[in-house]
Amino acid sequence: MRFAFILSLAMVAAWLILSGYFIPMILTFGAISIAIVVWMCSRMGILDGETVPYLSLLQTLSYYVWLFAEIVKANFQVVKAVLSPDLEVSPTLVKIPLNTDVDVAEAMFANSITLTPGTVSVDMQPDHILVHALLEEMSAPEDFAEMEERSAWAVGHKIGGAY
Amino acid sequence: MISLLLAAASAAEPSAALNIDWLGLLRTALACLSILAGLFFVLAGTLGVLRLPDFYTRLHAAGMTDTLGAELILLGLIIQSGFTQMSLKLLLVAFFLLLTSPTATHAIAYAAHKAGLEPKLGKYKAPSVDGDGS
Repeated sequence: MRFAFILSLAMVAAWLILSGYFIPMILTFGAISIAIVVWMCSRMGILDGETVPYLSLLQTLSYYVWLFAEIVKANFQVVKAVLSPDLEVSPTLVKIPLNTDVDVAEAMFANSITLTPGTVSVDMQPDHILVHALLEEMSAPEDFAEMEERSAWAVGHKIGGAY
Repeated sequence: MISLLLAAASAAEPSAALNIDWLGLLRTALACLSILAGLFFVLAGTLGVLRLPDFYTRLHAAGMTDTLGAELILLGLIIQSGFTQMSLKLLLVAFFLLLTSPTATHAIAYAAHKAGLEPKLGKYKAPSVDGDGS
């Protein structure tokens, strides 16, 4: 019930942003559409914290701020490597251990790795992610451990103690 | 051309001839700056795709275009359009880009890995171009 309410709120916001019309007919269409979607979701039994990840919205947003700073840093590293005349790169494959089996946390972590330029998650296994790094210094396991903790915290799960 | 436009404007509204919209000017300047910075990263990403040695390393350069390149251009557009509904839509586009572009990159990398493409590992240096240039 709680998730149905939160999902409705999120969809009302999405409808208003995307339509921008506030005349009664369009608003009625919106209400009907949202009711149908929420009904279908509850019929499929997928109304839970995984499909409605808005309970930790503030954490997710603050995580994206941190991630964006990381992305900017990594971007400059990659730009420097790519534009230098010698093009000195040291491609590396590393296995990064996974400390969680929550799907959302794993997806968020792998997504963040790929989003950061210079590292791409190549293969997901139950206990590790195979990561391809452009520069050897980008494949330090400590950096990934911090990112994993933070990304799990962003979707409302906890690994380790820090976040 | 510009002086013609200015003359036309001052003819239509003589008292407002020097009434410059400083805030709008600043906004346009910031937007242009942001878009230019984004274009720099797109250019660097393109050069990277051309210069790097193998498939996996080229993915990294392409990822640069997806993240800072596209996001900075979108930020410029958001600054340009101000507090409007358009800005909210652009913000949504920027957010979805953060979700979809790594998914696509991972799908390509995973497909290559599954198909058995071995990545070149270890140190790589661009070949020297000191010869006859051919």
